[in-house]
Amino acid sequence: MSETATLKIWRGHDKAAGHWETHEVPFEAGQSVLDGLRWIRVHKDPTLAIRFSCINANACKECMMELDGETVYACTARLEPRAMTLEPLSNKKLVRDLVTEIAPPAERFAAKDR
Amino acid sequence: MRVETDVLVIGSGAAGMYAAIEAARAGCRVFLIDRSLIGRGGATVMAQMTVAVALGAETPDHWSHHYQDTLTAGRGLCDEPLARLLCEAGPACINQLDAWGIGWARKDGHIAQAFAPGHDRPRCVYVDFLNTGPAVSKTLRGVINKTAGISRAGDLCVVDLATSHGEVTGAVAWHVGSGAPVTISAKATIVATGGLTRLYRRNSASANMGGDGYALALRANAPLIDMEFVQFFPIGHLAPRLIGMDPIMWDPFRYKLGGRLLNNKMEEFTDRYGVAEDGKYVITRDVGTYAILKEVEAGRGSPHGGAYLSFQHCSAEALREAFGPVIDRLAANGIDLMKMPIEVAPIAHYHMGGVAADVRMQTEVPGLLVAGEAVGGANGANRLSGNAITEALVFGQRAGITAAERVKAMRASAPADGHATLDLLRQDAPKNPPNTAEMVQSLQATMADDVGPLRTGAKLERALTRIGEFDAALGERPFGGKQAFDLSRLEWLDLRNMLTVARTVTQAALQRTESRGAHQREDFPGMVADWSVNQVVRRKGNRLDIAPARAAEMAAS
Ligand SMILES: Cc1cc2nc3c(=O)[nH]c(=O)nc-3n(C[C@H](O)[C@H](O)[C@H](O)COP(=O)(O)OP(=O)(O)OC[C@H]3O[C@@H](n4cnc5c(N)ncnc54)[C@H](O)[C@@H]3O)c2cc1C
Ligand code: FES
Repeated sequence: MSETATLKIWRGHDKAAGHWETHEVPFEAGQSVLDGLRWIRVHKDPTLAIRFSCINANACKECMMELDGETVYACTARLEPRAMTLEPLSNKKLVRDLVTEIAPPAERFAAKDR
Repeated sequence: MRVETDVLVIGSGAAGMYAAIEAARAGCRVFLIDRSLIGRGGATVMAQMTVAVALGAETPDHWSHHYQDTLTAGRGLCDEPLARLLCEAGPACINQLDAWGIGWARKDGHIAQAFAPGHDRPRCVYVDFLNTGPAVSKTLRGVINKTAGISRAGDLCVVDLATSHGEVTGAVAWHVGSGAPVTISAKATIVATGGLTRLYRRNSASANMGGDGYALALRANAPLIDMEFVQFFPIGHLAPRLIGMDPIMWDPFRYKLGGRLLNNKMEEFTDRYGVAEDGKYVITRDVGTYAILKEVEAGRGSPHGGAYLSFQHCSAEALREAFGPVIDRLAANGIDLMKMPIEVAPIAHYHMGGVAADVRMQTEVPGLLVAGEAVGGANGANRLSGNAITEALVFGQRAGITAAERVKAMRASAPADGHATLDLLRQDAPKNPPNTAEMVQSLQATMADDVGPLRTGAKLERALTRIGEFDAALGERPFGGKQAFDLSRLEWLDLRNMLTVARTVTQAALQRTESRGAHQREDFPGMVADWSVNQVVRRKGNRLDIAPARAAEMAAS
């Protein structure tokens, strides 16, 4: 079986000046979108920025992003053998690539601490 | 950037959050930081079920019974004062969380306590359904929000502790969110960074558990203890592949419903390894891990290389009552427990070893305290189910109290001098560096294959050679850049710690020429009386010195 998932990923530091990258990921049933992104980091490009901690427990709630325009947890969204478009959350401040600032203001490193 | 505080708490799991609350209540300014987001990045938020504590709510109990069980499970190696503290101070912390509104599961008006392997009576409190860790985390985070004096910041990864004149004076962190280095001066620093499970290919915890705290402490000249004892959780989920479920999810099912562990001939097999289960959940983690791996080795493993776990004898009603919505999540993954067994296999789960500390959580280095899973010794060669959360709460509380005492007793404090670390972070990456994500994966494979639960001298030697090769590939200059969320740079810093910690585990395992608890040497089967000692790891320049030493014992009374 050589099915692939085609992940079209938004990359950049600035919402106004990003670009798209497309990666083919070997597809296996029972994988999550996060598994696919982690595969890309190991096999293609370790500079791809994603935020995650618990990997597949859906406990940390850190891996939020937009899949085909809808907000999902990347670790619970199923990887599928088709084209899938991934973007950072549009309603949060961009940090880099698929990572946005999702912490409550009181739990961020900010001017008050400096 | 510079920050100044009374108490710096590194890590916001149960241990770090409890420590922060305690120090702030004693009047200190506290800076609580985490490499991930506050209260979300560690093992605490992932725990599902058991918190062992002699409350006596279910059946009469006393901390001394819990203490006896802990020592027995530890196979003669527990640091007795630490183990006693865990058991004796546990009930007060659990009641405190109850008062803070955690919502421990209740039965007939009292807090419910479930039976777990290795305990002599039902002793584990929990929050339904599979919600213990999230509830602990949320409750402590809520209290922190309401406690004056605690600043919090996520995305701050500590790279090194700062020392001057033999004392720890704070730390240097890398702000993952911006790529900026941050120097933090503190009168007391508490390392509450959790365990090291990320060293292994199959592991139950989060991406942040690379053993940072052990490496930080070692570089600051604080000794580590019991590093060879990595706990594997016997029944980690193996197949079929599941989405959105914790790999250790079957533990709570076994607490509540028993379940049967079967080999590929569909026979129960744990009796061959000295523990007849008979549909009940009584096997301790070290024996369970050994039994499953030996069955696989004998050609009786399940198709993916583990054992079957079956709940086919349970009724739909019993399953639904015990697990409510979880049954639907399983159904969404195509799993009907009434119709099929699932496959399980051992998975790296917890670290018994850690930074050596006394009952005040003071390490050998003034200014440096530890708390939670980062502390070594309380659980000896094997940890009982449910002791880790209790340990995190109790040790966190103690560390907070001790830190506040130090702050009050101090007149002047030295600013943190982090120049060596700042120099490191200022460096540019070498040309064409290797892929850090791939390096992490290769290291995990080495550790899983050669430093897993079943060990031999030859495998451990091979692992040390590989670790040396990884060290050379990593070099002295961080990869990646100085921008926001540069994971190559973060992973370079992680590998620097992971390789140090991998070396301590492997070398300590090579030196211990016997089998005990979680450390099984196939070339040295059986426990040896002479090895009823702990091993202490110290840094001597660029070398590790690992020597036998007995952990503290209780004075006979
Ligand atoms: C899936 C799972 C289930 C479990 N179930 C149970 C159970 O039912 N009962 C039980 O008793 N125990 C259980 N355990 C074990 C228990 O959860 C842990 O031992 C305990 O929560 C550890 O708490 P802690 O506060 O010491 O560390 P953690 O909760 O692991 O927190 C450590 C924090 O430190 C941060 N950190 C690490 N390095 C750095 C750094 N360099 N800079 C800044 N921050 C850093 C991490 O991001 C993390 O947030 C389970 C563990 C797992 C993984
Ligand atoms: S990685 Fe933790 S919720 Fe997705």
